[in-house]
This record gives sequence, structure tokens and C-alpha cells, in this order.
Amino acid sequence: MTTEPNVVTLTIDGLPIGARDDQTVLEVARENGIEIPSLCHIDGLEPVGACRLCMIEIDGDPRLHASCVTSCEEGQAIRTRSHRIDAHRKMILEMLFAERNHSCAVCVSNGQCELQSLAQKTGMDHVDMPYLYPKLEVDASHARYTLDHNRCVLCTRCVRVCDEIEGAHTWDVMGRGVDARVITDMGTPWGDSRSCTSCGKCVHVCPTGALVEKGHSIAEMHKKRQFLPYLTIMRERR
Amino acid sequence: MNHDELLEMAETAQAQNDAYDHTIRVCTAAGCLSSGSQAVKYALEQEVQKRGNEHRCRVSGAGCMGLCAGGPLVKIDHDVVYRDVRVHHSASIVGELGGEPIRELRIDPDEPFFERQHPVVLQNCGTIDPERLEDYLAAGGYRALWSAVHERSPAEIIDEVNRSGLRGRGGAGYPVGLKWTTVAKARGAEKCVICNADEGDPGAFMDRSVLEGDPHRVLEGMALAGYAVGASQGYIYVRVEYPLAVERLQKAIKIARRANFLGHRVCGTEFSFHIELRLGAGAFVCGEETALMASVEGRRGSPRPRPPYPAQSGLWGKPTLVNNVETLANVPWIVENGSEAFAEIGTNKSKGTKVFALAGRVRNTGLIEVPMGTTLREIIFDIGGGIPDGKEFKAVQTGGPSGGCIPAEHLDTPVDYESLRALGSIMGSGGMIVMDETSSMVEVARYFMDFCKSESCGKCVPCRVGTVQIHDLLQAILDGKAPSDTRERLERYATLLRDASLCGLGQSAPNPVMSTLKFFAEEYDALLGSAHGAVAEGGDA
Repeated sequence: MTTEPNVVTLTIDGLPIGARDDQTVLEVARENGIEIPSLCHIDGLEPVGACRLCMIEIDGDPRLHASCVTSCEEGQAIRTRSHRIDAHRKMILEMLFAERNHSCAVCVSNGQCELQSLAQKTGMDHVDMPYLYPKLEVDASHARYTLDHNRCVLCTRCVRVCDEIEGAHTWDVMGRGVDARVITDMGTPWGDSRSCTSCGKCVHVCPTGALVEKGHSIAEMHKKRQFLPYLTIMRERR
Repeated sequence: MNHDELLEMAETAQAQNDAYDHTIRVCTAAGCLSSGSQAVKYALEQEVQKRGNEHRCRVSGAGCMGLCAGGPLVKIDHDVVYRDVRVHHSASIVGELGGEPIRELRIDPDEPFFERQHPVVLQNCGTIDPERLEDYLAAGGYRALWSAVHERSPAEIIDEVNRSGLRGRGGAGYPVGLKWTTVAKARGAEKCVICNADEGDPGAFMDRSVLEGDPHRVLEGMALAGYAVGASQGYIYVRVEYPLAVERLQKAIKIARRANFLGHRVCGTEFSFHIELRLGAGAFVCGEETALMASVEGRRGSPRPRPPYPAQSGLWGKPTLVNNVETLANVPWIVENGSEAFAEIGTNKSKGTKVFALAGRVRNTGLIEVPMGTTLREIIFDIGGGIPDGKEFKAVQTGGPSGGCIPAEHLDTPVDYESLRALGSIMGSGGMIVMDETSSMVEVARYFMDFCKSESCGKCVPCRVGTVQIHDLLQAILDGKAPSDTRERLERYATLLRDASLCGLGQSAPNPVMSTLKFFAEEYDALLGSAHGAVAEGGDA
């Protein structure tokens, strides 16, 4: 039952925009140079709408919508910023910082971390809520990579890239709520994983310093994401 | 099977039952079982055998009779109900059969608990043996399904449900007929029906009682739904914490399949409908329909954004109808008695009846079914018998962790979807927890937030972290260590959860906090006043 996508027109922040109705609002906004902050989204992977940073308002609808999972419709009038959205985004970022142990000063991803730059962009200069300080483990059992739960934001990019692109499905999530953790295989050490192909895609899509290559010191971890759009194009043309 | 055969089955079943002079029904639902009804049933059977009466007197199990506070309950024939029956009562109960009922054990038949109720869903609960298809047939069971598949078109069934005004009993109150129409109209070679039996609200046991007391009714409702929307596969997602419900459902499915009410060519028609059980491993969030479907598919039970709605793309991408147990249990009644009869019960916008599980500080804890629009006061004070130990009523919590607390000044609110929502609570699935003057409302809010934080799936940030932050603030209030701006913080976090969470669990999680803040502000103030102005910890990233 595949139907051809329709062409629609809508406005984002007052700017008239043309789009296809199989595109998401986030995609179209970025095409037109309108920046919407996001963390769990990465081009080339299935959107999950989990971080809630990319929320937008649609005229005539009191609810907020995650733009990464909202399709474009004819006549929509979309706002990407408002007092409410700005306040909520800042609060979500504060919650992320308070949730685990993010210490930028000693992090290999310092200066190249998406969480850090989102905080800078949204003007989140301090965390106005108690830190939870969970005691978390670091898994350095893999020969080439390290997993540091202290820096994980549960965006599940690693889970998706491993499943959707590499096809190994080494990563998954276990536990509930604030106790949720990304795991390899059935919660066994990464180094013992039989399904992991050591391809490193998870490391390079990780927005923070939670997944890193060994042998890097503070602020040295450059993540290379070029492969993802390339692989996606290859896959779509197949 | 033709109609005469069905009637004959029902009549034979009825004749079998009538062959006994007396029927002793012992409640074997989970509540009474836990107070020893199995031993009582055994003692009664022994007593009947000892007196050589087994051909005149039948001892059978039955579903929930409602007044769980008085368990174990025993019903003699149709009108006499005994409460608090113990093993040593068996001799006198069997001895007095046909004579004067035993006064000390008997529940007054004019008791408002029974008199004010209006059984539709619970019609057979406590009067039939849930493990016997014959009993269900004798009570008129599967007649609606038979007539639907033989005499009426799917569109007629949808129309009937539409006109009845039935709304979803799982919580949100979405019009059932509309949902059925969308699934029926959705394009897809295969469609599915899911019965949501993942009842998880603290203090709620409506669905469990229906499944334990009258499982065939739910199967019949599902088959009718399947026929109406064009589905041939049904799943019942039932939580594993309900072992008795699971056991009875398994038996019922097997028996119904053998009798051709389920399976290939239902009742000898072209329509086939299969039902499978799926056991939920105890996650509250799996009551959310998209999480439930993920779990049925064998994946981690996390919700996903909607649209696409299940009606469009549900289980394995097929158009899927998800209805709650009580909703489906209403369907055979509507098809059998007609939409007009159903629409006569209840209020203008909320038709029919609602089953509630009365729990907490109320004399008659148990299961009740009342017409929509009955006031909270009637439910708690007339049917519920009021507050025990001479205590004052303080609040009633409806809708579980997604609902709110309603204070005494709103006791005359009629129970319907809109009125409860206007008070910042929800109808929910039907849990009703009564609290007396000794309850701390801040503690109640903390309890529900504790529940939400451990039941949050952890997928979206506002719910995952927000529930913890709100919980910790409430705990700080109780410990006298709350920062001075606590109320403002609570409201800020609650707004974020409501606006930005991915699914209904997070969006409604602040309701218990918001409603207690609104109606019991003085309790918060009293506790906050005693705090010594500790300041929230903060820091740089």
C-alpha cells in the first residue's frame, strides 16, 4: 500500500516552506537552515523521539510534538521556539546533566560532545536541581573501546546503529526508568561479546564520551560520522 | 452448529443445574482464595458427601461476588449470601439447606452494597462456575456471537456498538465504536484484536475479577470485535501476576475452541478467530498500547510515538484494535440487548456502567458495578458503607498513578469521564482508594511518584529523570529538608512531564502531585513551614 508522497506547504517560524509529507518537521527545518536542538536523533537512523529536545508547537494544538517524529502536513504553522519550549529544553538538559556523572573537564570528549554543546547553545549555564550521583561502572573489557555509563544519555544511537546498519544487534537496553542501562549481548562484558563485530559504529555515533576508543586523553576523542549518510545512501539505492 | 443446537446446549446445561435441589457457590476468586475459600469449598463438598446428598446438592466454585471484605463468601442458591465462612461452618450450612438461613453468617439482602449496583459486566460473576462452559451457556452466553456471525453483518455490529455510546474502560474513555470503525476501514489483509489485561494500577482488580469470574464473556467480546473489524487473530495480554486468571483463560480458550466458538469457522460460518495468550512480565508501562504491542511482538516493552496509531499500523504493522477487558466484556451484552438498552444506563456522555475496585479506608472493600453518573458519595458511603473506626473521610483517589485525589467537598461529583477530568483526576481503569483523616496527602503523592519512577521505562528524559526529581522533592518535604522554592519547582517539573513526555505514563504521572497540591495545599504548607530552608544542591557541568 505504498502511495507516492504528496507535496505540502507549511510555515516554520513564519517562513513558508515546501516539503514532502513523508519528511519530518526536523528534517525540513534543517534543510531550510532552521536549527532545532536534538540529541537522540541522527540522520540515517530510525527516529525514536526519546530525548524530547526537538519539541515544537503546532498552531491550534496545545500539545508539544517531537519534530523528529512529526510528519509535515499541509498548512501547518510551526514554532520551534517559545517561552515554554525554551524553558522545557533547558530543564531537560539540566535533568540529563543531573542524572549521571558528567564531568566535562576530565572527559575525552570535552569540546566535541553534543550534550555539552547543546547546553552551551541553549544557555544552560548551571544545573538548578540536585545531582543524583549514581554509582556506575566502566566497561573497558573490549580490546579497542570503552563504555562509560557515567556519560551515557540513553539516546540509544548505539543500539540503533548496531541493529539497523551493522545488523549485529549487540547493543540493547536493560532495566527501567533511571536504572536503565545500555548493555552488550545479555548484559555480559563487552569484551566477551560474541555478536560484536568490533566495527566501532556505536562509538562514532555516540553523542558523548560514553563510548570511546581507547588510547585517547582528555578532549582528544574525535568522532567520525561521515560513514553513516554514506551507508544510508548505499542502502537506499540497493 | 445451528441455533437449535446452541439452545439445546444451553437448555441441557440449565437442566443439569436444575436437577440439583440446591447449589452452594463458593467464591474462588483471588480475594476469597487468599482468605481460605478453597478449604471451605472442600469442607462443604465433604459435608455434602458425608450426608449422601451429592445428587441433590452441588458445590461449585464461582467468580467474585463483590464484597471482598467479607470473604470467604458462600452463596446458597440465588438469594442467600454468607460472609466470613470458615471450615467449621460447613456442617451447619449443609444442614440448614432448604431451611432458615443462618442469621449470624447471612448478609442482609437489602444491604445497599448489593441493592445499589447494576451488573452488566459482572452479570455472571459469582453466579456461574467460570470453569464450566455449560454454566456460561445456561446464562445466555455465546448467543450474541452466534446471532452476530449468522444473522448480522460486521457493519451492523459496529453500528450497534457506536450507537450504544460505549467508551473505552481502560482509562481514557475513547469512543469504542469509533475505534472499531477506524480498524475496520484500515487497509490490510490481516488484522488483530488485542485484549489489554495488563491491569497495573495499585488497588485495582476489576479486570482480574472479570477474567477469573467470567472468562468466556471476554472471549466472546473479543470474537465479536474480531468479526466486526475483520480480524482473525486475537491476543490477550495478561500480566503474569494473575496466575488464576491465566489458568482460567487457558481453560476457557481450549473449551471454547472445542465447542467451535473460537478457532476455524466459528459456529460453522466463514469467520475464523483464534485467540492466544501473551503473558506480561509485570511492567506497568506495558498497559500503554504501543508498549503492549512491542511486548506482544517479543520486544522490550517501551512505548513509541503515535501516530501511526495501532488502527493504522499495530502488531507487526497490521491494523490492530486494542481494547481493555471491561470494554470487551460489555460488548456481548450490547449485542444481545441492543444499543438502546445500554444507552439508557448512565449519563448523557458516559453510557453504561463502570466497575470499580473499592479499596483503602472503606468498610465494604470489594468489587462493585454502578451506572455512570453515580456520585462518589453514594459509592463510598452507601455502597462502601462509609469509613470504618469512626474516622473522617479525607479523600478518594481515582485512576491510580495517572489519576488524582478528590477531597470531601467534591463528594457529590457524578462519576463520569468529564466530571473526574475537570477535578484533575481521571476515570482510569476503575481503582478507587479511599483515605481517611489519618492519611498524609503528601505521603500519598510520594507513594504514587515512587510507583511512576520505578515503572517509567526510561526511554524519554522528562519521565525518566523528572519522576525521580519530583519524588526526591516530595521525600524532602516529608523529611523536613525541602528547599524554600519547592512548590514552584514541583509545578515546573510537573508541567514538563505533562507537556513533554513521550507516552501517557509520563504525561499523567504528575496528576497525583498536582491534585494534592490543589486540594490539600495546607498539608504541603504545614510540612514546608517546618522545613529549615535547606537549599537545592546545584553545580556546574
